[in-house]
Amino acid sequence: MLNFFGRSQSRDVAKNRLRNVLAHDRADTSPEFMEHLRDDVMRIVSEYVEVGGQGVDLQLQSVEDHVALVANIPVKQLRRRGRPGNN
Amino acid sequence: MGEVIVITSGKGGVGKTTTTANLGVALAQLGLKTCLVDADIGLRNLDVVLGLENRIVYDLVDVVEGFCRLKQALIRDKRLDGLSLLPAAQTKDKTAVTPEQMRTVTDELRQEFDYILVDSPAGIEQGFRNAIAGADRALIVATPEVASVRDADRIIGLLEAAEIPPARLIVNRLRPGMVRKGDMMSVDDIVDILAIDLIGVVPEDEQIVVTTNRGEPAAMSRESRAGESYRSIARRVRGEEVPFAEMDEPTGFFGRLRRIFGQA
Ligand SMILES: Nc1ncnc2c1ncn2[C@@H]1O[C@H](COP(=O)(O)OP(=O)(O)OP(=O)(O)O)[C@@H](O)[C@H]1O
Ligand SMILES: [Mg+2]
Repeated sequence: MLNFFGRSQSRDVAKNRLRNVLAHDRADTSPEFMEHLRDDVMRIVSEYVEVGGQGVDLQLQSVEDHVALVANIPVKQLRRRGRPGNN
Repeated sequence: MGEVIVITSGKGGVGKTTTTANLGVALAQLGLKTCLVDADIGLRNLDVVLGLENRIVYDLVDVVEGFCRLKQALIRDKRLDGLSLLPAAQTKDKTAVTPEQMRTVTDELRQEFDYILVDSPAGIEQGFRNAIAGADRALIVATPEVASVRDADRIIGLLEAAEIPPARLIVNRLRPGMVRKGDMMSVDDIVDILAIDLIGVVPEDEQIVVTTNRGEPAAMSRESRAGESYRSIARRVRGEEVPFAEMDEPTGFFGRLRRIFGQA
């Protein structure tokens, strides 16, 4: 919400800053957190593509007013059909 | 067998000691035998907030070091049946007590009391480790500010790691007028972000300063709004369902009208 002067209300600013800082804190204080997430993403994505290079690169980034989970996944090639298990 | 509850926050100065004192008073008023333990060694405060500073003979460190028996160090509050204090040492530092010793002390207190409230020091170091050592559950105090909620989140993580069951949250120093104007985070905002259960909301209240000056916790009198909140929290601690007074949102016709015009 904007106030009379067109500035965001400090309540909303506080909420966004908190969400942002907590995302980073939670990831930082638990090293396994990002590792587990990376492993799981790798497992799922691998059902559809052959992942190349260094594998899945996951990062938390602050974008404007929110936090984004940004993934860079080098693709060697797509599998002919997704989910090989279901073939 | 009594229950040990630690009052903690991470960030300093958000109201742990005030909460411990007032919640202790409110529990004792319900007829429950309650012992308050000041775990803030080196910076003892709970005694003055309770107005018991002149009666201290022995303290927690004396007990741990075997200079006295636990019973000798306990101070009974003469104003209120069932309320006792185990004071911290003022001259030692946090390393004078270990988590194991703390657990031994709180376990002994369980035999005597219904509730043992442990006032934790700020921070996440040894003082905090000591305070949570013997705890069955935790109450986290946070004010509606970014730094306080952030630290509360860290504490929740550490309590989880220590396998203390899900903590419950006390939002302290809430200013409903500011929330309505959009200048302060609401209780719902904070609960939403921390994803823990709320056990109480304490408004900003001048009476806290006045009563702390006098050494007569606000919960002892019927006049303070904060005191009323502590009495509700005490009943929730005991397991009663007590509805939350609507502090965030304006109630009634004039409240809604004020909200439409964006005033507190
Ligand atoms: N609801 C309230 N309304 C007004 N003042 C308050 C309220 N709660 C706490 N205070 C004031 O805030 C100050 C800090 O409170 P308190 O000593 O209880 O915090 P604390 O978390 O124990 O601090 P520390 O981390 O130093 O141990 C005190 O001066 C107290 O009177
Ligand atoms: Mg304190």
